[in-house]
Order: sequence, then structure tokens, then C-alpha cells
Amino acid sequence: MLWLSVLAVTAANWAMKAGGPLALGERQLPPRAVKVISLMASALLAGLIVTNLGGTAWNDVNWQQVLGVGAAGLARTLRAPMLLAVGCGIAVTALLRHLLT
Amino acid sequence: MGNLALSGTRTSSGALTDGMRLGAGPGAATFVLGLAYGAAASAAGWGGAVPLIFSMLACSGSAQFTLLTTLPAGGAVAAVTAAVLINARYLVMSVALNDSLRGGRLRRGLQAQALLDASFAVGHRGNGRFDVARVIGASIPQWMCWVGGTAAGLLAAPSAHLMYALGADVVFPAFFLMLALDELRKSRRAIVAAILGAGIAAALLFVTNPGNALLGATAAALIGAVHGRRRSAQRATRTS
Repeated sequence: MLWLSVLAVTAANWAMKAGGPLALGERQLPPRAVKVISLMASALLAGLIVTNLGGTAWNDVNWQQVLGVGAAGLARTLRAPMLLAVGCGIAVTALLRHLLT
Repeated sequence: MGNLALSGTRTSSGALTDGMRLGAGPGAATFVLGLAYGAAASAAGWGGAVPLIFSMLACSGSAQFTLLTTLPAGGAVAAVTAAVLINARYLVMSVALNDSLRGGRLRRGLQAQALLDASFAVGHRGNGRFDVARVIGASIPQWMCWVGGTAAGLLAAPSAHLMYALGADVVFPAFFLMLALDELRKSRRAIVAAILGAGIAAALLFVTNPGNALLGATAAALIGAVHGRRRSAQRATRTS
């Protein structure tokens, strides 16, 4: 049953990724739809941040994690390279947790 | 003609390399998440082969974690349904990507298999167009790190407590924030869409799972259509 479930999820994943191209083929989307798509990445990334921090029913909210992510964002805004900025965020969260235990 | 073809190849391989470079950061985050997934799958008694092959074939943290956590509690049908629904956003993303793909339906469908959240953002060139070579390039390090992370997690099986103490849970949202900050610099409408997307996801988290909340967040992009309609109306008024 485990193998069957794994294969079913994998097949569905492939089908969803191929869904748009298989349904539309070479047909171009109308200009208005293109305008919507141009904003998709921003909306999706914002949603990913919120769902990562909140979790199911907002039960996973952890203020040390939120501060760490905020610190990473601040470092990036101050023009730190991406990896360094994320490293700052991790360090802030790890330090806070170390101090609290 | 030869030069054109050569320059096209160079551009494409350059974009692929560029994508791989940009995908390295999210790849590092993916490794940490893969480590946690491998450790959790090992603790759940899934053995070594199933989680590793699952990671190689599906390469989807959200669906794999969902199946892992819901299978023992909800039964196979419910678990598979939840894992599929959590990835429904890929259907929307594949429609978005389609205009930038080339070839017939099957070839396009195969290229779209490179879709991953971070790659979708990295490959976006603006105005709804995507650099497909960049999308594929960004997915290569992420796939390698996800599979490598799963293997490392299965072998090392680090405790959840250790991962928490080291702040590993910061990695993923922080990388998404980095990508979002780059995306928001493109236009004011992108900022509005992000704020709206965050708001929709935040509200939906109270009533549904994170996958559905994420799918709902993509609806924020619809402001692109509203804006377009307003502009057209303004243009029509000016002309008359």
C-alpha cells in the first residue's frame, strides 16, 4: 500500500505539472491572462512565506523563527549576498533558542 | 544562420548555468528540508528505498511530507488525496509557464516537469514570460540537494530537537523571502499582489491546510486583470 500511495502521488504530481502544456499546447494566452501570470510569482512567494511560518491553522508559529526570517530579510535589504543573509537569519534564531534554554 | 544557432545555444546554456547558480541557494535550503524528511521517514519505518525513490521521482517536499504525516492517520485514499491537493498550484503554474515553452504538447509537458516553487520565481523574466532554460537550471541543484538531503537524513537521522536548536526551520521561509524581495523590485503591482497573496494565505490557514492556502494565494495575481481592465477603460475614455 505504501508503494502504491507513493506512485499515485508521483503520477499526480507529473500530471499536474504537465497539465497546462497538455491542455493548451501551442495556444497563446490572451494579454489579460499574461498580466495575471506576471504577478503569479509574487503572490506565490508571499503565500509560501506565510504558510511556512504559520503552518496548519497557525499552530506552527514560532517567534524565534519569525525573527530569524526577519533578520535575513533585513540583511538582504542592506545588500548582503543571499547565502550570507540566510546565514544571519539562522544564526539569530539559533542564538535566541540557545539563550532561552 | 550558423552564428545565430550558435548564439542561441550559448544564450540557452548561459541561462542554464545562470539558473543553476541561482538555484544553489534554494538548493541548500532544500537539502536541509530533505534531511528532515529522510529522518522523519526513517523514524516512521518507511525503510530506505521508498523515501529515496519517492524523492527522486516526485521531488516535492509539500506532497511527500503530507503523505508521510497523513498516511498513518487517515488511510491511503485520504492521504494520497491530501498530498495531491497540496500540489494543485503546479497546475496553475504550468498554465503560466506554457506560453514560454516550445514544441508540441508532449515536449512542453516534459519541460514543465522542471517546475519547482523557487525555479518558477527564478525563471520569471517579467511580463508573464519565463526563461525555460533558467527554470530547468534552477531545478537541477534543488533536485540533487533534495535527493542528497533525503539520503543524508536516512543515514544520519538527526533528531528533530537538534534541527530545531540549529534554526534549520528558518532556511526555507528565508530563501522564499530572498526570492520575493527580488521579485518585488520589478513593479508596484508585484508588491500589491504579494501583500494580497500573503493576506489570502493568512486567512485561509484558519480554515484549510497550507497547500490549499497556497493555492488561494495565487488568486492575488488576478489584480493583474483588474488593472488591465481599468487601463483599457481609461484609454477608451481618452480616445472618445
